[in-house]
Amino acid sequence: MSRLLEGLVEAFRLIISLDPELLQIVFLSLRISIMAIILATLIGIPLGTLLGLKGEKKTRIINKIIFTFMGMPPVVAGLIIYLILSREGPLGVLALLYTPSAMIIAQVFLAAPIVTGLTMVGVRAKGGIIEETARSLGASSALAAWTVVKESRFAILGAIITGFSRVIAEVGAVMIVGGNIAGKTRVMTTAIVLETRKGNFELAIGLGLVLLILSFIVNSFLYNIQKGGGKN
Amino acid sequence: MNGVYKKYDKEVLRVDRLELLKGCIYGIIGPSGAGKSTLLRIINLLTPPTGGEVKYHGRPVAANGQERLALQRKMALVFQQTLLFKDSVFNNVAFGLKARGYSKSETEDRVSTLLEQIGMTELRNRRADTLSGGEAQRVAIARAVAFEPELLLLDEPTANLDPGNIEQIESMITGLAREKGITIIMVTHNVFQARRIAEQVMFVHQGRIVEIGATEKIFTEPEKESTRQFVEGRMVY
Repeated sequence: MSRLLEGLVEAFRLIISLDPELLQIVFLSLRISIMAIILATLIGIPLGTLLGLKGEKKTRIINKIIFTFMGMPPVVAGLIIYLILSREGPLGVLALLYTPSAMIIAQVFLAAPIVTGLTMVGVRAKGGIIEETARSLGASSALAAWTVVKESRFAILGAIITGFSRVIAEVGAVMIVGGNIAGKTRVMTTAIVLETRKGNFELAIGLGLVLLILSFIVNSFLYNIQKGGGKN
Repeated sequence: MNGVYKKYDKEVLRVDRLELLKGCIYGIIGPSGAGKSTLLRIINLLTPPTGGEVKYHGRPVAANGQERLALQRKMALVFQQTLLFKDSVFNNVAFGLKARGYSKSETEDRVSTLLEQIGMTELRNRRADTLSGGEAQRVAIARAVAFEPELLLLDEPTANLDPGNIEQIESMITGLAREKGITIIMVTHNVFQARRIAEQVMFVHQGRIVEIGATEKIFTEPEKESTRQFVEGRMVY
């Protein structure tokens, strides 16, 4: 218990003193996860909207694949991306392994199915009638699709929140493709694992606290936009 | 319409021949599942028929593309389950105008005039999904007529409304036909409503247009026995 308390005290000191190592890890984590969720959103919203409007029967197989990928263990995702980016892999020539780019790719691989799947479910609830209403009022196909996205915005924001929560807290995939290299690919989750193994609990707890606080801030921001699902 | 039919698992609608007159108010009556809404959707080009020919002003409808969109923009359909966008009343009514590229000032003028006509100027900034049933339906109709379509299709526009709201909606519909010359096709379960406001009534039963004619004739001297049974409330279905 005393170790936890000591760890907490030291953690607060590190946070308040804006420890350079801590800050570097925090900013890299945020950069990678925000970039990943932006890319996952750019893939997931159009794809989820398209699938949601197609109807369940026509997309049954794709739905099942997406739902399977939504629950993919991060280490498996990391392994797949590792094999693709490794020297012998199809994209080995890009030399991305053990770089933040590889970590972003791995996180996109994890978050895109979540954003796609949850957007699809959200759109499917009312997307058909929204699209028809827009078209019956003279909207072009593009405007009708945009109207569906706009009207499903609360569900889509929920999808983005869930996707972000997944990637910011994820450790397995970034550990495999990033390598946890100090100052280069070390992020909060991989640093927590390392510091805990070294018995350096102060930094581990500090990072854990920062991770929770950041997650709370980002999710609160998105939640406020989403208004808890759109109810007044 | 010539030989138009729609088939899902089984045939739900067949129209051998149907011609609509400009500026007329049509009432479509018939029991549930008769094919009334399918007919509206085919006219609105939302649902393609399985076979047959639909013509507008004597010209066949283009399969797809800009020509079809241009034609669709001459019509508006108000659904049985009104869906207003999660936006202000003003932006809801302005939707069709924006889709057609109307200027900001013209959109403002038209929407303001319409909101005044339906007595909702005060509610222009209110979120549309917080309106009462009657208010929502008035906004839905205003949204559909803001761009002055040639043809307005209404699917049960007064279902689940109280008598006061029904009266308001009915006077809106007749006013639109009279003042703007809009052709109106209204599906209704309520035969009394069809008799009150339609000039021509169509009785649809089991996917067929059984009879079409002047309202009073349909109600007093129908040619078909099934029509008589339905308008007299004696049809068992």
